[in-house]
Amino acid sequence: MAKARQPKPTNPSPGPEDSDFVEWDLRLYIAGRTPKCIAAFSNLQKLCEEHLAGQYRIEVIDLLENAQLAKGDQILAIPTLVRKLPEPIRKIIGDLSDTERVLVGLDLRARS
Amino acid sequence: MAVAKCASGIAGFDEITGGGFPRGRTSLVCGSAGCGKTQLAMEFIARGARDYNEPGVFMSFEENEEELKSNVRSLGFDLDDLIERKLLAMDYVAVERSEIEETGEYDLEGLFVRLQHAISSVGAKRVALDTIEALFSGLNNQAILRAELRRLFRWLKVQGVTTLITGERGDGTLTRQGIEEYVSDCVITLDHRVTDQLSTRRLRIVKYRGSTHGTNEYPFLITHTGISVLPITSLSLNHAVFNERVSTGVPRLDTMLGGQGYYRGTTILLTGTAGTGKTSLSATFVDAACRRGEKCLYMAFEESQDQIIRNMRSIGVNLQPHVDKGLLKFHASRPTFYGLEMHLLVTHLLVEEQRPAIVVIDPVTNLVSGGSVGDVHAMAMRLVDYLKGRGITTVMTTLTSGGNNLEQSEINISSLIDTWLLVRDIESGGERNRGLYVLKSRGMAHSNQIREFRLTDHGIELLDVYLGPDGVLTGSARLVQEAKAQSDEAEREDGARRRYLEVEAERKALAAQVAALEAKISLQDKEMQALQSQEKAQGQRRVAGREAMAKSRRADVPATAPRLRVAAKNR
Repeated sequence: MAKARQPKPTNPSPGPEDSDFVEWDLRLYIAGRTPKCIAAFSNLQKLCEEHLAGQYRIEVIDLLENAQLAKGDQILAIPTLVRKLPEPIRKIIGDLSDTERVLVGLDLRARS
Repeated sequence: MAVAKCASGIAGFDEITGGGFPRGRTSLVCGSAGCGKTQLAMEFIARGARDYNEPGVFMSFEENEEELKSNVRSLGFDLDDLIERKLLAMDYVAVERSEIEETGEYDLEGLFVRLQHAISSVGAKRVALDTIEALFSGLNNQAILRAELRRLFRWLKVQGVTTLITGERGDGTLTRQGIEEYVSDCVITLDHRVTDQLSTRRLRIVKYRGSTHGTNEYPFLITHTGISVLPITSLSLNHAVFNERVSTGVPRLDTMLGGQGYYRGTTILLTGTAGTGKTSLSATFVDAACRRGEKCLYMAFEESQDQIIRNMRSIGVNLQPHVDKGLLKFHASRPTFYGLEMHLLVTHLLVEEQRPAIVVIDPVTNLVSGGSVGDVHAMAMRLVDYLKGRGITTVMTTLTSGGNNLEQSEINISSLIDTWLLVRDIESGGERNRGLYVLKSRGMAHSNQIREFRLTDHGIELLDVYLGPDGVLTGSARLVQEAKAQSDEAEREDGARRRYLEVEAERKALAAQVAALEAKISLQDKEMQALQSQEKAQGQRRVAGREAMAKSRRADVPATAPRLRVAAKNR
């Protein structure tokens, strides 16, 4: 949870030299440390390590601290994972416990 | 304790709800597409912010902020200004199903956070959620949604904000998703119906816990100033009453109405068949009022302004100067141009704008073509109520079609009327003439007489009618009767003069006789005198003779002489 507390980009694997650019830019919206939010974050991390190692960045936004940010990404449900990049924007809501659906939602797996 | 109310500021709505929406609670406004839900919700927020200094939050699930702003800009609400002054916060919540994948447990905390943020950013007292049911089309998990909605309404109550949520009418239910079951305080339905090709919007309060409210369906309109709800009838009969009288403009008609004309603030009905002079009577009344400097409003449903002015000039009533001075305002429109409610509303708006002392509706029956008789009756009632409530003297004309009973106005509004004049054709002697009656006039001793009513080039004239053996005489029959009366009179005068002369002559004759007799008397007097003196002379001569005789005969004188003297004295 240490990473989640910092609303800074976390990039577990060093990318190319222009480190700001990543192929997968993900944003996880939470509202406080609720069990659902904690579960979502750990599920997301696990999934990214498995499928997107070295190509992703996760930004965690706690709406209890930055409520105004909810409007920009049209956040309604908590937790919501927003795929900013690659385009188009995708939104995945829920605690991300259904890995298959998360992969579908991220377009990492074809819709059945 | 009565429920505290939160005024919506919407004309008429606060009246039927006894003050507005329940303060601090959630109200549901539902109806089919295009019935005005969003409009109502937006006005609630915008009017609250602008007119009641209660900041509001408008959370939209359907239209984005720019769309909403431009929608209400034409109604005089500058949402940008309200936002700048921190009186309004808007948030457009887009729910795009195609973008969203549901993976496991979630809640709607994001919505709560946004709402909380919006509320605290302006210190909102009012919140509108339009249309929250859109969530159901964006999210799959109904169980979560329902639980979260229930939590949302509880949360809103805790926030102490007055909330309005809108919902689309469902099949057999008030809202498609049955969210009315979460809203227990106040439910309002809106409806948009088309009957006889005229559409009417209606509003009904289905439930309003802890408050009395009107239960009828109230027609409402969306005009250039926003929503306007029209209560069918005002809830009480408490018009101010005036003792002041206003002249009808026709002196003899004033006389028929207790000598002074109509009461101010009453409703006058002019009934009559076609072409009997209803408009002329109305125009004469308006003319008289404008001469006194009073403002008049003329609602014409049959003729245009110019036509009325031209036609009235032919009877010597010139309305143009009053129009130029701004005292008289015409509003001419086709009855079918709008629905009845719109007519009523236009009247309201014009009255509020011009504040006239007198309103003429010519003719009120023409509105029947814009609605059913029942509707027109209801509308006329509301109109009468409204105008009376403002102390406005109202003249309504109604056209009675030939076959109908004349003493029954076509839309049965006679019971609302204070003074009822009937102008009718009287057909006799091969011509039609106009007769005017006062059928009723509340609160004054009015004439029970029929007057012949004539339109002349110098205005309206009322004439006595002659009663002949065949009834009332009008027109040429009246003229004949008048001529006959005149000749009768002349004849009578002639006769009197003749008789006078006769008597005079007789008197003169008698006087002559008297003179003759008197002459005779004096003649006889003289005769008598003559006889007397003759007698005397004879007597003296006889005495003298006797004395001479006696002397000559030497008679004894004293014996006879005294007797003769006595006899002469007795004559």
